Formats: sequence, structure tokens, C-alpha cells
Amino acid sequence: MTGPFLLLHDADNVLVARANAPEGLEVGLESGPVRLTRPIPMAHKIARHAIAAGEAILKYGMPIGIATQDIAPGAHVHIHNIRSAYTATHALQDADGISAGVSR
Amino acid sequence: MKGWLRADGRKGIRNTVVVAYLVECAHFVASEIVAGFRDQDVQLIGFPGCFPNEYAARMMERLCTHPNVGAVLFVSLGCESFDKVRAANAVDASGRPVKTLVIQKSGGTRATVQAGRDWVAGALTQIAGVPRVVMGVHELIVGTVCGGSDGTSGISGNPAAGRAFDLLVAEGAACIFEETGELIGCEEIMAARAITPELGQALRDSVQKAERYYATLGYGSFAAGNAAGGLSTIEEKSLGAYVKSGDSPISGLIKPGDVPPQGGLYLMDVVPDGEVRFGFPNISDNAEIVEMIASGAHLTLFVTGRGSVVGSAISPVIKICANPDTYRALADDMDVNAGDIIEGTRSIAEVGREIRDLVVAVAGGAKTKSEDLGHREFILTYKSFEPIGPACLPGAA
Repeated sequence: MTGPFLLLHDADNVLVARANAPEGLEVGLESGPVRLTRPIPMAHKIARHAIAAGEAILKYGMPIGIATQDIAPGAHVHIHNIRSAYTATHALQDADGISAGVSR
Repeated sequence: MKGWLRADGRKGIRNTVVVAYLVECAHFVASEIVAGFRDQDVQLIGFPGCFPNEYAARMMERLCTHPNVGAVLFVSLGCESFDKVRAANAVDASGRPVKTLVIQKSGGTRATVQAGRDWVAGALTQIAGVPRVVMGVHELIVGTVCGGSDGTSGISGNPAAGRAFDLLVAEGAACIFEETGELIGCEEIMAARAITPELGQALRDSVQKAERYYATLGYGSFAAGNAAGGLSTIEEKSLGAYVKSGDSPISGLIKPGDVPPQGGLYLMDVVPDGEVRFGFPNISDNAEIVEMIASGAHLTLFVTGRGSVVGSAISPVIKICANPDTYRALADDMDVNAGDIIEGTRSIAEVGREIRDLVVAVAGGAKTKSEDLGHREFILTYKSFEPIGPACLPGAA
């Protein structure tokens, strides 16, 4: 991997940001380089390769949820495109990791 | 390190006077008594409800006879349902100074505050004479909790806390991890670490109970800030939280108030038994900390990514910050910077060793950041438990 992304387990289909990654950053994935289409905050995830709707999301080599839509390589993987196999996730306006979550 | 020797043979790492209100109606008076001792080790705990509850009664007894507690003042309004005689008898039987003030019979707020402060002043003098004796790491009980988790927690802070747990268990300490609602998805890998197959099944059952309980309530043990911090699902949060337990075999399953019978690693089942009553199992992080203290925890390791600032009454809290940006923002509140692991400047093993050494230093009297700032959070609410089953403590003599 290049740039600020960690592969936590060989079986994983997501990478984890170890620092804030800006929009437009080129990331070298196995399938070739991609540019981030949005900033990825520290500890958020991107797709390591293409993920099909219905596929299990693997992190630490373990399932952490199910893709609710097709996910492109390098795309942000979060509550907008994966769901829990157990209980629905509760989130507020700041779930993208960028919005402040307070009114001005 | 040295501990305060109690009549039951247990040793405390602090020597605190606890002032406990027995219903919300007595909360203010109790807090005014404590306010007279800002720079001394006098701490406020309490139970807000007016309805009787066996769990709350047992928790209060366990907390008031915790080895870190030297003396107890109960503050009652007078008409609440809490059995103050039973509570005071339990403390008295433990050999500690104890007093109960009933506001309705003590002349109201002003007179009760004065009487309370007078008693506490005397108790501080009295417990200053409790002997301090040599105490080993094998006599420690250490809890771990994570709160304000984000996507860094499971990569840096929690694995480092797990490494510290491995070191402490190897030295004979009893270590407790908890929140079965945040182990959903981990039940099989966890059950495989149990020292007997029967215990493994009990561990599995406890997580399945949590899953049912939270399903009924409609929310998982997942806060909005977890999602902002990059966690997408409860199972992702669970896997990160699970690694706090380290790699040691799991010696037992306990419930709040059960004291580990010997060294080893224990899971605390915090989800009530029976049908869903009284609401969410643990309404905030301190509810979990209080339950581990009731099971004898001398101190607690608290891993945070988003940045919690809490401490606790009775037992010190060591705060381990998983996220390097949060550490820089809240350094005054954090004891350990596990964010170094994210930035690649220190290893999990190095931070784990720092945490283990800090546990020993704090047990020896060093103050944690939250203690030094005066944090003394406490919360106790209604719950209902059955006793643990016969498979839960297979190694107990």
C-alpha cells in the first residue's frame, strides 16, 4: 500500500486511513492507482478493490457488515454503503467524519 | 507498592471516605458534605431511585466495602425505599467506620450538612491509622473499558490495553473486560479461549443475551460519535473492543459485584437477565466502570479515540488515547498516548508495557490525570440479575 492507508489483514477488502487523507490524493491499489473522490478522515475506510452489493465487508479478517451497493476501488466505505448484520447503526449529521455536527 | 489492609484481608490502593446518598432527594445534601473536603479524599456516590432494587442494594454494599474505601457516610432523606439499615450493617461488619444521617430527622439541609462534615472530619482522622502493608501485582484487580471509540481504538489503544492485560495476568493479577453488547460478532472466537467448553458456552450465551436485549431496545451499544470516528457497524466496533481482552485464556464469567476468586482474565456480563426491564443496560461509560469497581477493580483502563475526560469515584481511571489527533487536543486529560502506534513511532508492545508500568505506579499512589483534575464521576441505575451458573468459574477453589 502507498500513502496513509493500512491493510490490517490479508483477507480484508477495506483499508484504514492512519491519517487524514485529502480529496484527490493518489492511492496505489493492487488494481492500479485511484484518486480519492472525497477526503477520508483518519480511521475511516476505503475499498481495497471493487466490492459487489451483498458482499461481506472484511476488516481484521472478520466480517464487519454487508455492502448495500456496489463499491468502487478507493471509495469511502461507511454507513452510506454498508450495513450491520446485527443492529442498525445510529448516526448523526457528523457521521461523514468531516461535518462538525453542531449548528452554527 | 503498599496497600491499605482491610479486615477481610483485601488491600486497597486508596483510602477514601465515601459519602453515599440513598435517593436523589438526598443528593444535594450529600454533595454539600463532600464539597467541604475539596482537597481531601472524600468522594460522592449514590443511587437516585426511590423504588427498591436488589441489584442496587448489592452494588452499594460492594462499593462501600471496596478495598479502596476506608469509611462510609450514608445520607438518607428518610422515606425512600433503600434499605439503609442493611447497607450500614454490611459496612459495619466489614470493620469500617460507618454513619447514617437521615435528613428528615437531622433538622434539614443545613444541620445535616454540618453533621455530615463533622463526621467525615472524624472519619478521615480515624482511617489515617489504617495500616499500609506490602502489596503485590498479583493482588490487583484491573478492569478495562472503552468509550468514545473511533476507528483508531481497535488498532492502537485496545490492542495496547490487551497487551497490558496479558502482562498483568502473567503476573497473577485478575483482569476484567466487559460490555457483552460490544462483543456481538466475537462470540465464537471468544468462546474458543475459555478454559473449559462449558465456560465457552456460557460466554457465547452471554453475548447472545446481549444481542436479544439490544434488539428489543432498538439500538446497539453504538453512539453517533462512533460513526463520525469511522466505525460503520456494531460488529466493527465489537472487533475493535474485543482486543482489549488480550490473548490470555478466559478463566471465568462474572456479573457485577462478583469478585474474581483468583488471578486470570474474566468477562463481566453486564446485560440484565430475564425480560427487558429498566431500559438500557449501561447508559454511559461510568455505569460500566462502577460495575467493575463493585467487582473489586482497584483501577480501570479506559481506552478512548474520540476523547473522553471522565474519571471515577473510588477507583482511579487510566486514560489511554488511541487517536493521535485527539491526544494532541486533549493531552491534559490523557495518561497514555497510544496514538504513537497509529503514527508508527512506537509499537503495541511498547505502549502495552507503558500501561502495565503505569498500573503499578498508580497502584503505588501516583495520581492519574483524571484524579488530579478532580474527576469523580459515578452512576448507578436499576438492573436485575440472576446469580452466575456453575460453569462460570471452573477454576475456583
